[in-house]
Amino acid sequence: MSGKAATSDSAASGALPPPLLEAIGLTKRFGALVANDHVSLAIRAGETHALLGENGAGKSTLVKMMCGLLQADSGELRFAGEPVVFPDPAASRARGIGVVFQHFALFDALTVVENVALGLAAPGKLPALAARIEDCVHRYGLEVEPYRRVGELSVGERQRVEIVRCLLGDPRVLILDEPTSVLTPDESESLFRTVDLLTAEGRAVLFISHKLDEVRRLCQRATVLRGGKFIAEVDPRRESSASLARLMVGAEVPRTPRVTTHELGEPRLLIKNLTLKGDGSRGSALHAINLEIRAGEIVGIAGVAGNGQTALFEALSGERLGEDAEAIVIDRTPAGALGPTARRALKAGFVPEERLGHAAAPDMRLSDNVLLTTHGDGRIVRQGIVRHSVLNAMFAEIVRRFDVRFGGKDPKARRLSGGNLQKFVIGREVLREPVLLVVDQPTWGVDAAAAGFIRTTLRQKAAEGCAVLVISQDLDELLEFTDRIAVMSEGRLTQPVPVEETSREAIGLAMGGAHGAPAQEDADAA
Amino acid sequence: MPLKLERQENVPLAGLVAAPFVALAFTLVVGAAMFLAMGHDPVEAFRIYFIDPLGDAYTLQELVVKACPLLLIGVGLAFCYRANRWNIGAEGQYCAGALLGSWLALATHGTGAGPWVMPAMLVLGALGGAAYGLIPAFLRVRFGASEILTSLMLVYVAELFLDYLVRGPWRDPAGFNFPQSVTFDPVATMPLLLDEGRLHGGIVIALIVVVAATFVLGRTLIGFSIELGGSAPRAAAFAGFDERRVTYGVFAVSGALAGLAGIIEVAGPIGNMQPSISPGYGFTAIIAAMLGRLHPVGILVSSFVLALTYIGGEAAQISLRMPFDVTRVFQGTLLIAILAADVLVRYRIRRVEGVRHA
Repeated sequence: MSGKAATSDSAASGALPPPLLEAIGLTKRFGALVANDHVSLAIRAGETHALLGENGAGKSTLVKMMCGLLQADSGELRFAGEPVVFPDPAASRARGIGVVFQHFALFDALTVVENVALGLAAPGKLPALAARIEDCVHRYGLEVEPYRRVGELSVGERQRVEIVRCLLGDPRVLILDEPTSVLTPDESESLFRTVDLLTAEGRAVLFISHKLDEVRRLCQRATVLRGGKFIAEVDPRRESSASLARLMVGAEVPRTPRVTTHELGEPRLLIKNLTLKGDGSRGSALHAINLEIRAGEIVGIAGVAGNGQTALFEALSGERLGEDAEAIVIDRTPAGALGPTARRALKAGFVPEERLGHAAAPDMRLSDNVLLTTHGDGRIVRQGIVRHSVLNAMFAEIVRRFDVRFGGKDPKARRLSGGNLQKFVIGREVLREPVLLVVDQPTWGVDAAAAGFIRTTLRQKAAEGCAVLVISQDLDELLEFTDRIAVMSEGRLTQPVPVEETSREAIGLAMGGAHGAPAQEDADAA
Repeated sequence: MPLKLERQENVPLAGLVAAPFVALAFTLVVGAAMFLAMGHDPVEAFRIYFIDPLGDAYTLQELVVKACPLLLIGVGLAFCYRANRWNIGAEGQYCAGALLGSWLALATHGTGAGPWVMPAMLVLGALGGAAYGLIPAFLRVRFGASEILTSLMLVYVAELFLDYLVRGPWRDPAGFNFPQSVTFDPVATMPLLLDEGRLHGGIVIALIVVVAATFVLGRTLIGFSIELGGSAPRAAAFAGFDERRVTYGVFAVSGALAGLAGIIEVAGPIGNMQPSISPGYGFTAIIAAMLGRLHPVGILVSSFVLALTYIGGEAAQISLRMPFDVTRVFQGTLLIAILAADVLVRYRIRRVEGVRHA
């Protein structure tokens, strides 16, 4: 509510104040790739400015140049009208630019105040610093306890620590890099309130996001990038989500046609009381997970990143083995004690979140990457000898059927764009004719056209009688193309609910359910 | 202005091929400067070092004799290095193989045992090297200890144990107290290929190993799992390859080939056990492996290049009275040059600079 009030205030002020931080015609090349092509952006004091663009549009590159992490090949930065050069992040901090990145730089084993001290040039004594943190917390409604260990904090709390650390440097421009991608709807709300308080003090906030609804309600101005180029500067409050999406994507955004319900077959995946201990400080433990997926349906798992999704994926793929062989049953065979190759032999296919380094070896050729999940196939590897002719035929078929585009004949995996590599990885599994597909973040960092293609492919596999499990942080995606949705939080999984019977609000509540009071939750579950 | 290394997206194949040659050229330039500084005519020194040894039949045979252990060990190291496991202790595995194989030679000494002795010694040599190589592998898998340190430290353990044996229990009673064992029986000696010289059957074994390793590394699932494990460990685990098995496997192969080289050397050119059975073959083979691009055929070529530095070094010791350390300088310079050339091909040096005003 306070968000709305603040935005209309600043809109009423009429004439534009001069820009506080301005980028003029910045260009940055990485080899043949032009990540930023004459990009301009102007942020004014007291405004919340959105930087919009799809993954790969050049948002991160621009931000890194504005805070001194990268240096532009050409173009100019101006701060309060005066040209500036930031050879390193310290120089930009000294000028009053603070950045909160998507990936936090916090030490789990240290307390909040110790972490903050490490990030400051002259931290002073810890108790005094703790008092400054408390002060900041009260002023901006950022709930952070200075003496708690970072390892015990939720993702949302960690983000608040990063913001507090930035604010102690008294920045005039605060850059938030996709801040809500790791937050529950509730946590996002409280972040927006903080942002409004900051801009009311005359600070400028650059809010990077691809969530259009948020941008429309929080920001007074938006700069849209696409393919490394400046596309438009608009007032997002006067745009619709659809018109903003058109600017971002450059075309109408395709929706996946929902296939009407078909007969469900027998259970393909049964998870019974799957429990895994966490390894070390990153509490990725799983607590008594139960789930059944039947042939022909797509089940989605929603949740904020870092709540055990990776552990669940690795437990399903066989990379992490639990103690109970019966905890995972694939197509009626107990698979809990089997490794990845044996599980693939049961016609299960897995697509991890991380494409480079997990789903594919970045420095190996694409054709060799086919072998990663197909080496159990007797046609491709016979008596331990790789039959390259068969392998290359399969490679050619993946490329053809899944429209994988790349330069050269058989490049290294790292040279493919995110969307094309994801099509390759998914195609590699789909061509194995799986009866069970487990996909973690199917369209993360993938352009809209490829994302639509991937969803349609998964939908089609389900219609053919495959059981599909999709783990995703993109709630809209799950609502769009899954049949049932379960929510993962703090290593626990709710019972899946049919999509028609649930709502964003209900899922959002479940996502945040275990946050804030983890100790109590543990007691409840016991 | 600070400098920074940037990974090149498009590594030119020509660059990768040219890198070893550039490294060799650079080594020669450094060598010329060294000869000048020592007061020798570099042209004359290079002739003695690198040209003369290629001129007569005897030294050509010696070249093969010296290349043989480098080749065997180097191919084994290629297995480790491709899997991103840094076995620096081949010298120790070489000694361990020589020890276990020699034990059989000494145990059967004078008993009139049949022609099975030499093949059995080869098997024991390979087993001894493999077992010794598995120690750093175990320490890494079980405790996460750096195999670079443990394998290197185990070199000295093996060398000193060997030293103890030849000065103690294995000393030839009729050897005037010299620290060496009895000379091996003919059945415990590598057969010679020619009537004259020291060229022995070891090179045949080494060439078979080159062919087999080329096949295993290039065409089989085992070779693929080694490559994948070294290139992207998490992807290898996802593919279902057990990292521990790969670690044990490459150390076993690498150790076995080093052990084989050790027993072949002792049962061939040397003929008995002595305190020093290697002029650092296990370390020089690291250079051979890197210079040969971790490919068995490449290592075949690079072994001969490095063997030449040994032969030339011996010639230079005699005719120019240069110390043997000159050979070490050559070998060391070559390793640094090849590693640097690799970095320069794969990465680009960029100056970190501010925004230029457009």
